Amino acid sequence: MPYKLVCGLEVHAELKTKSKMFCSCKNDPFGAKEPNIYTCPVCLGMPGALPVANRQAIEWTIKLGLALNCKINLFSKFDRKNYFYPDLPKGYQISQYDIPFCYDGYIDTTEGRVRIHRIHLEEDTAKLSHQEIDLDGDGKLDKATLIDFNRSSVPLVEIVTEPDIISATQAKEYGQKLRQIMRHLEIANCDMEKGGMRLEANISLRKEGHQELPAYKVECKNINSFKFLESAIHYEIARQTEILQNGGTPVQETRGYNPNTGKTFSQRTKEDAADYRYFPDPDLPPIEFTTEEIEAIRATLPELPDAKAIRFTKDYNINEKLAQELTLNKQKSEFFEQVLEVAKKESLDCQKLVNSLVNKKIEFNFEESANELIEKFKASSTSETIDQTELQSIIKKVLENNQDAVAKYKAGKTAVIGFLIGQIMQKIGKKADVNQVRETLKTFLT
Amino acid sequence: MKLNELTLKESIDALDKKEITLEEIYRDLDQAYQQKNKDLNIYLSIDPQALDKAQKNKNKPLRGLPIAVKDNFCTKDLPTTASAKVLDGFLPQYESTVTKRLKENGGVIYGKTNMDAWAHGSSTETSDYGRTLNPRNPKHLPGGSSGGSAAAIAGDLAISAIGSETAGSIRQPAAWCGAVGLKPTYGRVSRFGVVAMASSTDSPGPIAKTVEDACILLNTFAGPDEKDGTSNKEKSPDFTSFLNQSIKGMKIGVIYQDVKEIADTNEKLLKELNILKELGAQIEIVQAMDPHHAIGVYTVVQRAEVSSNLARYDGIRYGHDRSNFGDEGKRRIMLGTFTLTKGYADRYYNLAQKVRTLYLNDYKKLFAKYDVLVSPTSPSFAKEVGASFSSPMFGELEDMLLEASSITGLPGINVPFYRDEKTNLYLGANFIAPMWREDLVIKVADAFEKNTKWNSWRSR
Repeated sequence: MPYKLVCGLEVHAELKTKSKMFCSCKNDPFGAKEPNIYTCPVCLGMPGALPVANRQAIEWTIKLGLALNCKINLFSKFDRKNYFYPDLPKGYQISQYDIPFCYDGYIDTTEGRVRIHRIHLEEDTAKLSHQEIDLDGDGKLDKATLIDFNRSSVPLVEIVTEPDIISATQAKEYGQKLRQIMRHLEIANCDMEKGGMRLEANISLRKEGHQELPAYKVECKNINSFKFLESAIHYEIARQTEILQNGGTPVQETRGYNPNTGKTFSQRTKEDAADYRYFPDPDLPPIEFTTEEIEAIRATLPELPDAKAIRFTKDYNINEKLAQELTLNKQKSEFFEQVLEVAKKESLDCQKLVNSLVNKKIEFNFEESANELIEKFKASSTSETIDQTELQSIIKKVLENNQDAVAKYKAGKTAVIGFLIGQIMQKIGKKADVNQVRETLKTFLT
Repeated sequence: MKLNELTLKESIDALDKKEITLEEIYRDLDQAYQQKNKDLNIYLSIDPQALDKAQKNKNKPLRGLPIAVKDNFCTKDLPTTASAKVLDGFLPQYESTVTKRLKENGGVIYGKTNMDAWAHGSSTETSDYGRTLNPRNPKHLPGGSSGGSAAAIAGDLAISAIGSETAGSIRQPAAWCGAVGLKPTYGRVSRFGVVAMASSTDSPGPIAKTVEDACILLNTFAGPDEKDGTSNKEKSPDFTSFLNQSIKGMKIGVIYQDVKEIADTNEKLLKELNILKELGAQIEIVQAMDPHHAIGVYTVVQRAEVSSNLARYDGIRYGHDRSNFGDEGKRRIMLGTFTLTKGYADRYYNLAQKVRTLYLNDYKKLFAKYDVLVSPTSPSFAKEVGASFSSPMFGELEDMLLEASSITGLPGINVPFYRDEKTNLYLGANFIAPMWREDLVIKVADAFEKNTKWNSWRSR
């Protein structure tokens, strides 16, 4: 292919602070039972209402910046981005213009480093829903746009990359890693389907071997899944290649993505690009941090997925691919680590253990204790059959001694079966086939 | 004497001594309202339940006394329009911090006063509900934008009043109406619930009959507010504790702007300031930065903020669309939009902010030498009715002596220092001090007021 992709991503994510960005209203737009219940004069933009910045949201933005290897501006401020839209009750959005909280970071992907240009904090808009309802009671449906202010002024971080992305798969990997990190930091749920995380891609092409940036870029909006992101990029590569091969230059414009057709479509061209007339918001004093305060935030950073995976390979001698899988999710990675800790103490083969967990050779769930799981693993690694009558008598004894657990099992807490199996295995005193034990045990419990 | 003519302090004392009752005060006030309000057009709305509310508050610091409040403070029980048709009939769902505290301290809002629409002006002539006339001489304007509140004081249509100032809107109407107007340091009083004009300079404050009254009133609503991110975090002092203090040895600089239109007023002020000399203060004439640059800074910054602050009245939610904006509002929105436009922001908005810093530095130098600076509040006596239509920059020119201190956030107070026998119109002196030093302006203004014969309530 004579043309290579040049792509940058802009990702918006709603922070899950308790209250909204500039008022004390509850920040829970997706959990709200009804529209417009989490509102006040501030997030409705009533006359005379004033914003007060949410300190938690600011610190979380900086935390995200530190996790993404960013530099932090010790002096920062909020600016007004002026434009008219029915979902924007003040006629301006409070955002950050020339001094974002974080800048110059990166995320490493398997296809290379993606540099982060900036991370800034702003407020989300209200949510519009276009519906057909009978407004005047004449029995006919009228076109109407309803506004839900539950989302108005929810804290929103925007993470902007440099145009470093060279393939659709890399774009997807970057997005997934970013989401994973935000979830690890426990600052955002990143629910893409609901709009808790939204993607925009700036896509252009240049001739292979060329270094300078293309003279145009196409901005693709409304992308709410990684699959759609890949598909939008593929579609744009094909569309732009054709234009370029015919000697043309793609128009600089904003395009939407239609998930039903897999195609992008023109929304707005450069000629009517808005001038947002940014200026510092006089209602909000500038924000200043000391180096010590930034370091204090850095100290609260949990171990991040990449670092954890590398450590797993070293500490437990497991391969990188498996380590990556174990660290995808914070809670699960913590569970696996407990199991691995026990395995290591008992000098078991961690690689083999992890393999059997990931490939589900051992049945388990995340409510079991590490010890139970290890017992199962031990049992499964050498499976000797045991005399069925002997097994049955052992099971009887164990059940008599653990009537609480039996009761729990019967009440629906089936996870206790792991505990009972562990007890039985101990009584057997030698390595037994865990499946045999389980099946026999089940006949007693039903 | 009618009881509505009492000062706040006199009313409190007389009520405490049981010499008078709240009923008597409200009866006299209602009568004055009936006689004068129709012609003077001071109140846009009044609270018919004011006396009932007063009775429930007689043991609180303000004793249930009637206070006039400018119509840009959000009040739950009275319409709030900022004298703009766009907000016609708007009844806020919430209370501004200032009026909330006023009520908690036993103040009763007698009514909401007329102002220049959106506080855009210095005449109260740009109100969408008609102009207010100056009670001292109804052929003349009351000034503005808090013209209704200043006129309520001058006409004894309230015991005390609240206004708000962006650049002169408390002090200039106070000067034209022969009243006391105190603009606190920016951030001293919460802006929460005040229909925003220029957010970086808006300062609510008292308009009163005496310096003492202004201090009593300011005590009730000044201080930190967690709902206003720009409000000062520190507790406010008791402003009445700065009354009746010696000013011996204080250094007072007289800002003498050599501008033709001010020459006469300057001379009269210099003469009257001998009072302070006699009280032991040192008086020196000083040169300050040319006030014309401050007009430019203020005009650019204020228009920019206005264009953004008024964007919320987009016609979707308040029932009256954008065609209801008056000429002055439209002019300001257009100018502000222009100065913030990409490519022009550096030439206007950002440059204005730099010049603002120059003024800050100029004051820093002056205050290194002087405790308090003084100048006339307004270049002249109250202008005649209709004067504001002579120039789209009318307000800026009337407020030229106040803008420098407004854009730098300084506290200032207007005290009447001269009355013209023929026209019954007043001139006012403006005392300013460094940020957070209301104590200095109050000390000097109080001493000055108690020794000049020009305060119409003190000299009774």
